[in-house]
Amino acid sequence: MNFAIQTNHLGRVYKIRGSKKSTAKQLVALQDVSLEVHQGELFGLLGPNGAGKTTLIKILTTLLAPTSGTALVCGYDVVKEAHKIRPIINMVSGGESSGYGLLTVRENLWMFAQFYGLSSKEANRRIAQLLEIVGLADRINTKSSDLSTGLRQKMNIVRGFLTDPQVLFLDEPTLGLDVGASRDVRRFIRQWLDEHPERTILLTTHYMAEAEELCDRVAIINKGRVLACDTPASLKYRLQREAIYHLEVSQVTSPYPQHLQSIHGVRKFGVKPRDGYAILDLILDRDETLAAVVNTLTENQVRIINLQKREPTLEDVFVDLVGKSMEEIERGTNGASHAES
Amino acid sequence: MKTTRLLSSAPIFWRSFRLATWLGWQIESNWADPFLFAIYSLIKPLSSAAILVIMYSVITQADFESPIFPYIYLGNAFYMYVGHVMTGISWAVIDDREHYKTMKYIYTAPVHFPSYLLGRGVARFIIASISVFVTILFGVLFLKISIDIDQVNWSFFLLTLFTGVMMLALMGLTLAGVMLLLVHHMFGVGEAVAGALYLFSGAIFPLEVLPAYLRPIGFLMPITYWLELLRRLLVGKVASSFPTLQSFSNSELYLILVALTFLFAIISILVFRACEHRARELGLIDTVTNY
Repeated sequence: MNFAIQTNHLGRVYKIRGSKKSTAKQLVALQDVSLEVHQGELFGLLGPNGAGKTTLIKILTTLLAPTSGTALVCGYDVVKEAHKIRPIINMVSGGESSGYGLLTVRENLWMFAQFYGLSSKEANRRIAQLLEIVGLADRINTKSSDLSTGLRQKMNIVRGFLTDPQVLFLDEPTLGLDVGASRDVRRFIRQWLDEHPERTILLTTHYMAEAEELCDRVAIINKGRVLACDTPASLKYRLQREAIYHLEVSQVTSPYPQHLQSIHGVRKFGVKPRDGYAILDLILDRDETLAAVVNTLTENQVRIINLQKREPTLEDVFVDLVGKSMEEIERGTNGASHAES
Repeated sequence: MKTTRLLSSAPIFWRSFRLATWLGWQIESNWADPFLFAIYSLIKPLSSAAILVIMYSVITQADFESPIFPYIYLGNAFYMYVGHVMTGISWAVIDDREHYKTMKYIYTAPVHFPSYLLGRGVARFIIASISVFVTILFGVLFLKISIDIDQVNWSFFLLTLFTGVMMLALMGLTLAGVMLLLVHHMFGVGEAVAGALYLFSGAIFPLEVLPAYLRPIGFLMPITYWLELLRRLLVGKVASSFPTLQSFSNSELYLILVALTFLFAIISILVFRACEHRARELGLIDTVTNY
């Protein structure tokens, strides 16, 4: 089996200096990450902001040195053989507006193609072709500073694919894009990989649906650790024995989440506040536990607006592994917690 | 789309330098329309020269016949290269990191990074050359700076100029390496270094004016010998009448310049590599602060 990416006990610790030496802290961004990404795979790293996804991409793209372990890209060591990795990879980061604003879209892309050694003729042919696919062809001679954030993001996506890399790193490629543009980008990514089955993509995202729709395999990462790694179907299969419920409930200030923890049979739950109501996702050991949950909610004056049983999603897998929903982690709340059965 | 890789046969360092030169020129020349850019390129050097001339005029009661005047005027004119070339190269780090946010894409591309940074300095070198030429021309036409064109050894002058620019580029590379390690306080570093070196280079006064314990700094700096030689080559004995480097012939000055440039080349490459390595360890290569 050919591996496009291999990491072995990879770790990264940042030293954060305080005002005094004695107040220096260590931030563990990655811990003991061992992954193998096959050639031709679209591999997803799924986790909340600050989980370590971008740190892993930075190490694999030779931007950052690891503090422990090893990482290979196409068999080359990211520390010792960075110069051999750079010609065969490319990366795109979402949620930013990078690019030389004084240059046109074509000039920006042409220059990067030249850095990778493409001839001008081939670069221009690819630029025209890719801009057409992403719907940016009519802006080819527009200065990139005059593009909206979304269009600039599309230009950057084209820059990543332009050099036909063996391994492409996409760090939250749809971050900041509207729904339509995100859908276009996801379709383009899948299409590119279908047309180039020998190429590999490592995609980070905190959008569950994106990972589920695009990825052949997914690694769920939180606090720098890989918690699970498998196909989306296999990850969800782990939860199929359990009863998963999706409730919309009235938003109340009573401490009902604490009461839910104490119910025998409630494996995990997550609470997401919405405008005027809240979503309560429950993973129960068995359906019979639901009666006790409903009783507890009623006793706490929580009105149930909607209740449905559903198939497990990657979100449920994440909640099951971490004990909180990704949204809760990103909000930094402690509303939901572990309730061991 | 073909999957064949079309890596050109051009060596990576030349490709990096060539493209960075193109990019640097686009950035430097495209911020304004061509007419405005041309006006700016003329006004800026003349304004800074005018400040010096006015200060000199006030202090010396307009004694423009004194040999100190061409010494100061030419020293100041050629010193423009120091600011433009040295800080131009190092400024590319700030530009790509903070302004355009492209540093990570440049750094992870198959680019020879030092060549790329040197290429980014070429545009500033061209602009500096225009500024220096305009300033000297103004001095010759209106301030009685006497340059005997027939007497100037132009090939030696151009060789000296080229050697000095190489030396400044290498110093700029060192500064760029330091910039990679700085995050919040890097914006004024280039100008601060260029300003500090101004005092020790003999640009506007002989090193004898400095306290004895500071003079060795000037004698260790290749800029001192470069400026002295450029002035001597243009205005001959007028420049060599000052005591600082009087005991050295032009050839000796050039040899010292070459030797110090060579030494700085080794130091620059070592310092830059060490800084780049450290910046990668610390995760600072693509740090954006929006400071």
